[in-house]
Amino acid sequence: MFLKILNTSIYFNKKSSSAPLAVFRIGFGLLMCYSIIRFWLKGWIETLYVQPEFHFSYYGFDWVKPLDNYTYLLFLICGASAFLIAIGFKYRLSMFIFFLSFTYIELMDKTTYLNHYYFISILSFLMLFIPANATFSIDNLINGKVYQKVPKWTLDSLKVLLSIVYIYSGLAKINSDWLLKAMPLKIWLPSKFDLPLIGENLMQLEWVHYAMSWGGMFYDLFIPFLLLYKRTRLFGFFLVVFFHMFTKVLFPIGMFPYIMIIGSLIFFESKFHIKILKFLKKIILSISGTNNLFNDSKFKLIDIYKIKKEKLVISIVSLFFIIQFLFPLRNLLYPGELFWNEQGYRFSWRVMLIEKKGYSVFKIVDQEKGTFFYVNNEDFLTPFQEKQMSFQPDFILEYAHYLGDSYSLQGYENIQVFVDSYVALNGRLSQRYIDEKIDLYKEKESFKHKKWILPLNDEIKDL
Amino acid sequence: MFKKIFLLFFISFILINCSDSEDDIVDDNKNSISYDRSKMLIHWADKIIIPAHTAFKETLANLDNSTKAFVASPNQTNLDDLRSKWLVSYKSWQHIEMFDIGKAEEIYFKSKMNVYPIDKIWLDNNIEKGSYDLENPNNYSSQGYPALDYMLYGIGLDDMSILNKYTKNANYINYLTALVNKMVSSTNTVINDWTNYRATFVSSTDNTATSSVNKLTNDFIYYYEKGLRANKVGIPAGVFSGAPLKVNVESYYKQDVSKELLLEAMDASIKFYNGTSYDGLSSGPSLKSYLTHLNSSKDGSSLSVLVATKLEAAKTQINSLSNNFVTQIESDNSKLLITYDAIQTVVVLLKVDMLQAFNVNVDYPDADGD
Repeated sequence: MFLKILNTSIYFNKKSSSAPLAVFRIGFGLLMCYSIIRFWLKGWIETLYVQPEFHFSYYGFDWVKPLDNYTYLLFLICGASAFLIAIGFKYRLSMFIFFLSFTYIELMDKTTYLNHYYFISILSFLMLFIPANATFSIDNLINGKVYQKVPKWTLDSLKVLLSIVYIYSGLAKINSDWLLKAMPLKIWLPSKFDLPLIGENLMQLEWVHYAMSWGGMFYDLFIPFLLLYKRTRLFGFFLVVFFHMFTKVLFPIGMFPYIMIIGSLIFFESKFHIKILKFLKKIILSISGTNNLFNDSKFKLIDIYKIKKEKLVISIVSLFFIIQFLFPLRNLLYPGELFWNEQGYRFSWRVMLIEKKGYSVFKIVDQEKGTFFYVNNEDFLTPFQEKQMSFQPDFILEYAHYLGDSYSLQGYENIQVFVDSYVALNGRLSQRYIDEKIDLYKEKESFKHKKWILPLNDEIKDL
Repeated sequence: MFKKIFLLFFISFILINCSDSEDDIVDDNKNSISYDRSKMLIHWADKIIIPAHTAFKETLANLDNSTKAFVASPNQTNLDDLRSKWLVSYKSWQHIEMFDIGKAEEIYFKSKMNVYPIDKIWLDNNIEKGSYDLENPNNYSSQGYPALDYMLYGIGLDDMSILNKYTKNANYINYLTALVNKMVSSTNTVINDWTNYRATFVSSTDNTATSSVNKLTNDFIYYYEKGLRANKVGIPAGVFSGAPLKVNVESYYKQDVSKELLLEAMDASIKFYNGTSYDGLSSGPSLKSYLTHLNSSKDGSSLSVLVATKLEAAKTQINSLSNNFVTQIESDNSKLLITYDAIQTVVVLLKVDMLQAFNVNVDYPDADGD
């Protein structure tokens, strides 16, 4: 017992070069800044946040809504803070602003939920507690101090977070659909027939679907270990680049591959990062043309960055990780098939596991007169929202309430809202999804099991 | 080490950029194991779409001739002849409406041919004024077959009073002529374009939102869901409004052909799904055989057959209806609602199961996935 405490205190006293954090910070900031610009240029702020009249909220966060045209300002703030993170200007404050603005953006409408957006949110929370501006930052210039070392745990926490993402997504792939039926890759890959070279042949072969399913599972499970050990690191990194670039070619996954590739650089030794910083230094010098910027006499070289209130910070970070370990497992609290019910599906690194398509039309019934009519979803939702709504129970419920409220406002009375909903999962034939006799207007959103989801007529085995 | 990694980055980026670009290095003599989409497109174009348009054009030419004869002497014989040509052509149109692609999409062909119910006030006003712009979207519900339906059956209580309108008021003659002329010219624009468009159409085989296979598949589903299910059955039966809307029946003024038109549209849909040629004599690659191909490597029930069966079931249900949907609504609307449900079953299979199997890129404003 005492030994353990002694061990942990020894661990928390270990030091590490500050260079990897700096490289990570620069990569993170630049990628995020680019992501925001890309999002903006694609016109998605307009189509996803400004135009829709209705937005799907996360339970408990219905107060987070797009801000009409001020949404652009929000993205501007987010992008600018990402840039400030990259150059290391007022790092802690910039990180805080980035975390808040980015998380706010993600909470505005769950239609756009992506695992990697969630990853960015929690990563930026973690980075609030990490001295990523210890070296190679504008903050160094401002304070006149450069720190050569940082507590090793700060570096390790980033590795742990990345490993959690990989390992949980690997564990999620251990299920009968993925491994024994090669689903949904068997649907997705053949539809890539228009890829040059491999589209008409490899992508059509069944064994390729299986090989890629199993390969993907092993990749996710073992890549953190390959990166951790020095002897396998370079090979591991090669796999990272290959895997993410290949998925980038196959699927519209935006910035995610780049984030993971840059992120996994953190596993490399500090020598490597010092070289990168030297390289960057050279570029900056050749651009600015002065030698003053990095003149060592300007800075006080300090050996180790001391984290203020370190015990408190360590407690917060530990709590953060406990939550990160447990949160993806919350689906165990719900009965029924996870892929079908999607209760506890989000925020748990279940990536590309299901191909789900739905068709949900809503019936507005006048309880007293017994008359009814069907709603035209296009009148209320964008095609993207309709697509996402049609196979996710929490979306269906929220939308049913929105419809009930809208028609009540229009003067309809004694309203009941029913849904005719059909969903197909991973190549199975579609089946009725929601109990059509349940008045959804009377059902309340909660963390409890939604009893009105009809069970999947099949079994998917998993861990 | 740093150099190695830099090199790795460099190479992978080059690889990515290569595969992003659209150079077709795919060898032509491949023994393709993927479904041959270009064969399907050629079959669609040469055996279904173009023949359907050619036949349609002929019915319209007949309609045009009869209109001219009627205009020259508006009598009962010529009226009867014109009416029968209208019905033949209207039925032929049911084979065209789903192909909302190329020039047809560009000039809003289907909006100019078959928007109903008509805007009676607007249409009467057009006749009275004698000046109108049929290109104006406000006039979509004052032209095409539904407008002719009104002009031939709806402007008077009986044939006598209808003929009287034409003999007494030149404006009616003029409007009738203008309507038919517009239909002929729109149709010519679309058909003439197919001579050039065919090559573009059959060569666009990739899986993008705008490629021919995906676009026509989406068009077909859209037509089946909106043009057929909603417009012809759902809306008049009151599925979307709570109470039936008789005036929304297709051919509201002629009335007793509403079932005939729906059956024709259903047949056109079934034929397209099955890949039956327009003349009905041959068949070729189709949505159905494409589904069968994809299903062959998948366990479970055969979706391709299920869709075909359910389409036939919907057709049987339609056959049990009265010829006249207005009287059907008045006597027993529940029969229309049951028919709606039968048609709807296929919508689910097409939109959910078939699109999942194809993994078609649908025309959503794209966002990232993960």
